[in-house]
Amino acid sequence: MKRIIVVGNGMVGYKFCEKMIAKAPAGSYHITVLGEEPRPAYDRVHLTSYINGTTAEALTMASLSWYKEAGIDLHLGDPVLKIDRAAKTVVTQSGLQIPYDILIMATGSAAMVPPIHGVEKKGVFVYRTIDDLDKIMAYAKGVKKAAVLGGGLLGLEAAKAMVDIGIDRTYVIEFAPKLMPRQLDDAGGAVLRSKLSALGLKVHTRKHTYQVLGKEQITGIQFVDESELSVDMLVISTGINARDELAKDAGLPTGPRGGIVVDDYMRTEDPAIYAIGECAAHNGMIYGLVAPGYDMAEVACTHIIADPLQGAKNERTFTGFDMSTKLKLIGVDVASFGDPFLTADKAQHVIYEDKVNGVYKRLNVSLDGKYLLGGVMVGEASQYNNLLQYYKNSMPLPGALDSLVFAATEGDKPQGAGISALPDGALICSCEGVTKAAICQAVKDGNESIDDIKACTKAGTGCGGCVPMLKDLAAMTLKTMGKEVRKDICEHFTYSRQQLYDLIKLEGLSSFEEVLEKHGTGDGCEVCKPVISSILASTFNEMILRKNNDTAQDSNDRFLANIQKGGSYSVVPRIAGGEITPDKLLVIATVAKKYNLYTKITGGQRIDMFGAHLSDLPLIWKELIDAGFESGHAYGKSLRTVKSCVGSTWCRFGLHDSVSFAIQIENRYKGLRTPHKIKSAVSGCIRECAEAQSKDFGIIATEKGWNLYVCGNGGSKPQHALLLAQDLDSETCIRYIDRFLMYYIKTADPLTRTATWLNKLEGGIDYLKKVVIEDCLGKCHEWETEMQQVLSHYECEWKAAIEDPSIRKRFAHFVNAPDQKDPTMEFVEMRTQKRVAEWQ
Amino acid sequence: MNHTQQGVDRENWFLACQAEDVPHNGGVCVKRGDEQIALFYFARTNQWYASQNLCPHRHQMALSRGMTGSVGPDQQPKVACPFHKKTFSLNSGKCLSGEDYQIKVYPVKVEDGNVYIGYQPLSNTEPVETQQFAAIS
Ligand SMILES: Cc1cc2nc3c(=O)[nH]c(=O)nc-3n(C[C@H](O)[C@H](O)[C@H](O)COP(=O)(O)OP(=O)(O)OC[C@H]3O[C@@H](n4cnc5c(N)ncnc54)[C@H](O)[C@@H]3O)c2cc1C
Ligand code: FES
Repeated sequence: MKRIIVVGNGMVGYKFCEKMIAKAPAGSYHITVLGEEPRPAYDRVHLTSYINGTTAEALTMASLSWYKEAGIDLHLGDPVLKIDRAAKTVVTQSGLQIPYDILIMATGSAAMVPPIHGVEKKGVFVYRTIDDLDKIMAYAKGVKKAAVLGGGLLGLEAAKAMVDIGIDRTYVIEFAPKLMPRQLDDAGGAVLRSKLSALGLKVHTRKHTYQVLGKEQITGIQFVDESELSVDMLVISTGINARDELAKDAGLPTGPRGGIVVDDYMRTEDPAIYAIGECAAHNGMIYGLVAPGYDMAEVACTHIIADPLQGAKNERTFTGFDMSTKLKLIGVDVASFGDPFLTADKAQHVIYEDKVNGVYKRLNVSLDGKYLLGGVMVGEASQYNNLLQYYKNSMPLPGALDSLVFAATEGDKPQGAGISALPDGALICSCEGVTKAAICQAVKDGNESIDDIKACTKAGTGCGGCVPMLKDLAAMTLKTMGKEVRKDICEHFTYSRQQLYDLIKLEGLSSFEEVLEKHGTGDGCEVCKPVISSILASTFNEMILRKNNDTAQDSNDRFLANIQKGGSYSVVPRIAGGEITPDKLLVIATVAKKYNLYTKITGGQRIDMFGAHLSDLPLIWKELIDAGFESGHAYGKSLRTVKSCVGSTWCRFGLHDSVSFAIQIENRYKGLRTPHKIKSAVSGCIRECAEAQSKDFGIIATEKGWNLYVCGNGGSKPQHALLLAQDLDSETCIRYIDRFLMYYIKTADPLTRTATWLNKLEGGIDYLKKVVIEDCLGKCHEWETEMQQVLSHYECEWKAAIEDPSIRKRFAHFVNAPDQKDPTMEFVEMRTQKRVAEWQ
Repeated sequence: MNHTQQGVDRENWFLACQAEDVPHNGGVCVKRGDEQIALFYFARTNQWYASQNLCPHRHQMALSRGMTGSVGPDQQPKVACPFHKKTFSLNSGKCLSGEDYQIKVYPVKVEDGNVYIGYQPLSNTEPVETQQFAAIS
């Protein structure tokens, strides 16, 4: 058995172990790993997430038990001090002397600290290890002003981290005239600078730091131009130095800019010693990224296993690496690839600059206009993956370049349309070196979810930048196999919402527990419970709190009210069409006063009463129901309101009686549960005062009848509703709505509004018209009957709840003190009403 | 029957409620002095869990009103806060939504239809990482 020693348990050293264990015949090698840091290899690329709360454990590449199971001897916190090449042994700090047949140097690099006076003072740090971050975070507690030395990739990441830690003012000090001098051209650097200022970072370029001020502890920094900046902390991030000191001491050649010199097989001058990762210098180049390091691990590993003495020939060599980069975590998209600096004699430029929104893009295209040679993106880089593929695979560019420069907007062709054009050999995951062909093959072999693909190919497990492409590739491959993309609702059910809907209906399952028992695993969760409860309600419309279904409801449905900040609830009675009598207004006023509720008119033309204690809900509703009110279902994924304008009864422009029609429709569909909430409106003429075209279904009066619009949305992504049918009489209009809603209920993904559902529906509105109007699926009659059935089961949920003592008893804050209210609830006064005290 | 005869010592256990007061697969809130404790019953596995009622995310007294469920191959029990759906393990009290929150969890026992919650939170302090590693090297 050959003895391998790996010096350094960083990302690349670990990757080497992983690859050896996977590739080498069992029992042929024994691996010992000697690491300087106190913990096993962790994901240094995502080091900054440690500051935002990711634990050291979560960053760990593999647990200690992995090394144990793999038979690897792991010694941590014990750096190697000396290599004796003649005796083929290494000596560690703790005095271990271990022999090797093959030695792997994976010592990475250290943060470079420029020759500045006073860097040894307290409050000066580097940014490389978890220990560094622990120290920074501990020191930062009282710090108000910090500076980061270095405006490159890592410096900016560190600077953003300082902002995230909560330091009031962070400066970035850069020696060069612009930020990210190695990746960005002047214009890109300028846009980045203005973006960073918006994030609260102060940028100083052309600043040559001379010394750190302060006695024992830093109080500021002084520059060569004698200007000073007062800061309480300094993080140095000016570059890296390969850790080649051990190798140098052992007489191995190092490169002019440092790094242990290696050949194409990652071998040093000594054939028994390899160097991989950031400590290696290949053709004079040091690669400060993880992807080339992983590639080196692969090359060394194959070369070792395919020992020429054993007759095998090995073709795998290291041939350099693309240094394209995308900056992560900074809050500003920045990317550069290929050669970003090519001048006009070598390339044509496509330049886009939007100073208003801070976006700058530059593509360098070959002089013949056919190929992409490089580029820079600041402010918006969603096309990075796509462009990188054009560049790396030398793919001919499409005629019009705007689709490459601009992000596809919603409603356009789905992203990833270009992915089928990529050659099989295209590198999709450059961290792990996984090609398009390998990913597609994994999908064909049955790894259909992203998690499975990651586990099988390792693609997407490095920087994660290629995950969107993995999704597109999986979808594309499954489609070519004639398969649907898996849409399992969660880990407990291997079904999509649509499949579950069909099963529940077919088998007549009526409670969550039944469905879980027959088709699921475990106890369910906060994802599948509401989905299945909603399907049950859409199908049978049985009072949702019966049959022990109460705890399977989304939290708001469980208490038939919306929980508000502080833990109180809101009460919203139905006011169909927004029409209400003065007497009923009086009732609301009386109840609100009695229970001390804040009142507000909602956007859906009704009145919301806030601040109710859980135990008051049944009392409040009792009074409302006695006065003729019903539940407004404001808490449910169900029909909310049908808004109306005043219509022809009062309005001089009105064509039809929009209020009466709105009331009719609201009363028809009230209580109907749907994949997401639905809203509607009826306008009496084309002036559209009810804003029907922003609703899930909206109706506008015409000279001849009603126009029916569908799939509109207000909210965060407004979308105009589209015309489904014109000049309908009231009866036909309702019939079309029945069909439309049934089709939506049956086919939508969980929590998908009608607008998004339509956007994903193949064939779009034209197909929807065929389904609803021409009945191309031959289902319309069935759906209308089903709708009739579901609607006929309507009952006011609140009436049912207060009449059933076993349900009513759940409306208590304390199970063992049902009369007491939550004492922690706090209200303050605002404009003579109450409001909740702020989040803590 | 008097539960002290059953061996429940009043020093360490608090009588919370009757088992039938707690919904299947859901929670209730128990008042213990000034403390609020969320008590959950998982009917399928016939298991009881208790935790603090306060969600550490935005300090809401809400966990008892959250949806319960399980996660992972070992079906670890959890609860999701109704406010922003942060989930917490009912075994360890760890936040499962990728944040560092930790809630207190308490032992529960049921005797004669009475549910008792232990005064002493379950300890969930694991050995510190670096100590583990030092032991190896
Ligand atoms: C904040 C930050 C962000 C980054 N972001 C990215 C990114 O977005 N994309 C990207 O590709 N790369 C990024 N990198 C770079 C990436 O982390 C490195 O390329 C990668 O970690 C190199 O792996 P390595 O194993 O060669 O070196 P390292 O991970 O540095 O591991 C070397 C290990 O060897 C140990 N060691 C050194 N000398 C000895 C000795 N004598 N005996 C025993 N052990 C020794 C060291 O303590 C260290 O643990 C980032 C780095 C940092 C610090
Ligand atoms: S308050 Fe509990 S998740 Fe936010």
